[in-house]
Amino acid sequence: MPDAILSALLFQAGYNAALVAIGSALLGIAAGAGGTFLFLRKRALISDAVAHATLPGIGLAFIAMVALGGDGRNLVGLLAGSAVSAAVGLLLVDWIVRHTRLAEDVAIGAVLSVFFGLGIVLLTVIQTMSSGRQAGLEGFLLGSTAGMLRQDALVIAVGGALALAVLVLLRRPMTLVAFDPGYAAARGVRVQAVDLAMMGLVLAVTVIGLKVVGLILIVAMLIIPPVTARLWSERTDTVVAVAGLLGGLAGYLGAAISASAPNLPTGPIIVLVSFSLFCFSLLMAPSRGVLAAAVRHRRFQRRVHRRQGLLALARNEPILDPLTLKVLRREGLIRPDKVATDAGRARAAKALRDERRWEVARRMHQDEGTSGRYDGLTSIETVLTPDEIAAIDAEIGAPRLADQGAS
Amino acid sequence: MDAFLQLSLAPILIGVLSAIACALPGNFLILRRQALIGDAISHVVLPGIVVAFLATGVIAALPMLVGAAGAALVAVVLIETIKRVGRIEPGAAMGVVFTAMFAGGVLLLEQTDTSAVHLDVEHALMGNLESLIWFDAAGWGSLVDPAALAGLPPELPRIAVVAAVIALLTFVFWRPLKLSTFDEGFAATVGVPTRTIGLALVAASAVAAVAAFDAVGSIIVIAMFICPPAAARLMTNRLEAQVGWSIVFATVSAILGYVFAGYGPLWFGAQNAVSAAGMIAAVSGAILAVACVAAPHRRRIGAAQGQG
Repeated sequence: MPDAILSALLFQAGYNAALVAIGSALLGIAAGAGGTFLFLRKRALISDAVAHATLPGIGLAFIAMVALGGDGRNLVGLLAGSAVSAAVGLLLVDWIVRHTRLAEDVAIGAVLSVFFGLGIVLLTVIQTMSSGRQAGLEGFLLGSTAGMLRQDALVIAVGGALALAVLVLLRRPMTLVAFDPGYAAARGVRVQAVDLAMMGLVLAVTVIGLKVVGLILIVAMLIIPPVTARLWSERTDTVVAVAGLLGGLAGYLGAAISASAPNLPTGPIIVLVSFSLFCFSLLMAPSRGVLAAAVRHRRFQRRVHRRQGLLALARNEPILDPLTLKVLRREGLIRPDKVATDAGRARAAKALRDERRWEVARRMHQDEGTSGRYDGLTSIETVLTPDEIAAIDAEIGAPRLADQGAS
Repeated sequence: MDAFLQLSLAPILIGVLSAIACALPGNFLILRRQALIGDAISHVVLPGIVVAFLATGVIAALPMLVGAAGAALVAVVLIETIKRVGRIEPGAAMGVVFTAMFAGGVLLLEQTDTSAVHLDVEHALMGNLESLIWFDAAGWGSLVDPAALAGLPPELPRIAVVAAVIALLTFVFWRPLKLSTFDEGFAATVGVPTRTIGLALVAASAVAAVAAFDAVGSIIVIAMFICPPAAARLMTNRLEAQVGWSIVFATVSAILGYVFAGYGPLWFGAQNAVSAAGMIAAVSGAILAVACVAAPHRRRIGAAQGQG
């Protein structure tokens, strides 16, 4: 099986498998990058409504094509139908939010479930049609690349590339609208048009992805990569690029793995690859990751214990807390028998003196700007100038004998 | 009439009870801006049920309920973790978790041999309402005949119990629920455990979803969580009335949906019935659509009159 995956990765598993892999990668890039704007606009779940709303369109397109005497399975026709009904669903969400008191999440849920229900009704109608038994429309629920025609793979590849091109062209106005629609409007950007373009992009990605990932899981390609990328960066351009990269990687790897063995449906595999990338990022990302948070917490804990320990040393109080003792001992501030070393005495005296300086400083500067920063951990040198500290020292008096070695 | 008793009575009752069990918690979910929780739960239930099946090897009610509840719990914990640790907005965190878990469920299902039992993705989506028939019914007398009643599909007593429990819980915890839904801060100051209430609401929704899912599939679950309460929200400004309307709408959707699905095609000269689950969702959508254009309290307070 590793061989099979490798050969699929290197496009050795046949022309169609290679086309599917490239198509999925392009789709992943377009979905990841396009989904980022939706995510930044805090409307990620609207893609769920769009995706489910495609189903009745697929059914109606099939029925219409059969009624006109054509082949009901023509992919372009089915995708066109799905695009129309998804657009209707999108407009309905918008209408409900604007004209009734229902919130957006209610509108999304209502459109999603009702359109999906209608679609299922149509599917059962098609199953009873004479030409419908082999329609294979269920493949659109979870995606199926197994019996994909060369022409279908080409449609997906070209569509993914087009969506990507539109994205590159519109990235500036979409960033502006995602962060500050008011400012964008003031700058003369037509917010509604940009929003419409954003939704159009999402719709295009959804429709193109139907055959590969299926309508239930396509939202994952629009949501997971942007969320993952957001963990790694605070800059929009980087997030968009990383999301595209992650989406493309997931699409490509997922298609290759799924082609390597039977019973590995493409859509779920792509989503799970994407989710693994997300889990890795959640663990490892700087600043927002779990590990980074743990390290930060430990560092903070150690600072608090160090300060409490030093103050206790300076006031000749016994230290009982095991963690405090451990921190002080490891930094060479106390000896194993809990007696302060020279360095420890010096640091303790400094800590106590800084505490007195803060006391005076807070009396002198009663504004939030300085006194508000007293939390016991901020060193006074980072807040006040040397002159100000000297003035405070003059009020406290010179260091007494016990404070020797301080400052 | 025997045909009605045998073929339609049990599915209609199950449909109505499922719809009510989902619509009751749905009222509070939509007021709390958590409407999509129903959507998330119904996706997440799938891996739980598959894992339960893999662990026990049988399709039985109890393992499935436990598995689904476990999966719902895992999902809630994951969503909270992602929200807190990654500082990600709730909607997106939910999207990440439920799609990934659903994908895992589908993969597990494809990998295991479930051909001997009735467990596949389409069944999970559409349910098998039409197949829940009551063979032992031989006339209206069967309704009081214990031997015949024992032949009722087991889904019926199960969903009846769940619906009754949820109705009872809603009634008993009415005040704290209402308070914490409308003014969480005030509820907390008068001593209502708002966090517990919120969690309990999600748990009750999960139980309703799992019980209904078993019989009617996930489409109805999502539709019933949202459409009847949303339509009811547009009818009135009082919570008591809203809950009442939502029960009425849920019942009407279930009955009309089943009837249209079973008999509708015959009126058009077609032979086969269409999916009852899909039709019930569609009818609830039609009710919501009518409410959106005609209900007395459809507009936001303060919105300009005469628009739209």
